[in-house]
Amino acid sequence: MEEKQVKQKVLDILKPYVREPEDLANATDETDILNDLKVNSSRLVDIILAIEDEFDIEVSDDEADDVMTVGDVIKLITGKI
Amino acid sequence: MKKRRVVITGLGIIAPNAHGIENFEQALRNGISGIRYIPHLEELKFGCRVGGIPENLEHISEKYFTADALLAMNESMRYAGIAAVDAWKDAGFEVPEHDDDRVNWDAGAVVGTGIGGADTLGIIIPKVNDGKTRRLGSAIVEQTMSSSVSAKLSGIFALGNQVTTNSSACSTGTEAIILGYERIAAGKAERMLCGGAEGSSVYAWSGFDAMRVLNTDKNDTPEKASRPMSATAGGFIPGAGAGVLLLESLESAEKRGARIYAEILGGAVNSGGQRNGGSMSAPNSTGVQKCIRMALDDAGIQAQNVDAINGHLTATMADPLEVKNWAEAFRCTPENFPYINSTKSLIGHCLGAAGGVECVASALQIYKQFVHGSLNCEDLHEKILPYSRSIVQKTIDKPIKYLAKASFGFGDVNSCIVMKNFEF
Repeated sequence: MEEKQVKQKVLDILKPYVREPEDLANATDETDILNDLKVNSSRLVDIILAIEDEFDIEVSDDEADDVMTVGDVIKLITGKI
Repeated sequence: MKKRRVVITGLGIIAPNAHGIENFEQALRNGISGIRYIPHLEELKFGCRVGGIPENLEHISEKYFTADALLAMNESMRYAGIAAVDAWKDAGFEVPEHDDDRVNWDAGAVVGTGIGGADTLGIIIPKVNDGKTRRLGSAIVEQTMSSSVSAKLSGIFALGNQVTTNSSACSTGTEAIILGYERIAAGKAERMLCGGAEGSSVYAWSGFDAMRVLNTDKNDTPEKASRPMSATAGGFIPGAGAGVLLLESLESAEKRGARIYAEILGGAVNSGGQRNGGSMSAPNSTGVQKCIRMALDDAGIQAQNVDAINGHLTATMADPLEVKNWAEAFRCTPENFPYINSTKSLIGHCLGAAGGVECVASALQIYKQFVHGSLNCEDLHEKILPYSRSIVQKTIDKPIKYLAKASFGFGDVNSCIVMKNFEF
């Protein structure tokens, strides 16, 4: 799977958790999930679960703790698929 | 200390037969039943296969809440949220923006539930049993804590006063309103969102079906299934939804020129102690009568002044006893018994939401001066027959100055509230 496709799938997963849709439309690899997209921090658990299901991978708690930005998520996924 | 006067300035309702105050008033006036056949109950081999579930919840929810919020709102929370937003706006307030950091320290909420998050428990249990606890996600606790139905309201309205959930089975909703009324009367709050909410989970309803307290005889004619006061009552019909009232100090309401539906003159809650015929599932009549008299005393009125009663009246064998308890508490005969009706005949028994939904119906009847008809009691129970002239079967337009509403619940708990038309 190309990185571009991975990114689109990640953005789709993030969609229901993002308060302002335009923030997601303008997201780059540097976009911070909590601060820029204003995702409720407790929902990161659900986002990781959705990523595990979508890409058929397993993400440990330590790996999840290191995820801050959209780019971090993409890097984590591409390193496992 | 002299208690402050408390009035109802906003109403919100999502019931099996209507969403919204105007629709609900029409449904009450026209005897519209919200009881429908529920195929899922048949699939699960319930004896009772009909119920009262508000329609179009998904569609309505999307108009009220963001996708993010809905991911963590189960059915009872959605009902509570919708009814509370409606009551808040109905009272003339705006719902604050989420990024507006001002907190409303004078406003709070007491919204109760009986078995609120049972639908969410239905998601949890198989996953935990399969060793998949880590896959439950983040939104379980906020949907299963008993206070979920009130806690969500704090965030929606930036409530800074007491925000809590009471739970006293089928007495819950009316008790919540009395708790809010007392808080405002004591000067501890200016405005309280009060009422009850209950989801329609089969996991909540199953226990009642197993107890054989639901009517199983009218699965083919759902609108005839809820039969309070009838000789062929046969058990209650489970219902769901929410009714929320915005209570406010009279001082605050008058200062802002708010519309006043009714004044809450008084209320009382008690328990029969599960003695003298009372048990976990049956009332001690002495306790019921005492509760009604305490509410009248708190309101400062005589029983003969009460024009109408909105009963608990569920369509079980307790209905004749309830009517007798009202008569004895009022020390009246069938000849001078006030009008009485049962909102459950239209919507079933909404359990923890029942008192909230039925207090909305009561406030509407006082404000609009009518008593709605009770469906399905054309064949009155023989012990209720002497009171037949008081039992409203078809809606009547009548001056209603004082109305008494009571709810009773498992655990032998009682609540009674007295409302007064503000214009009289």
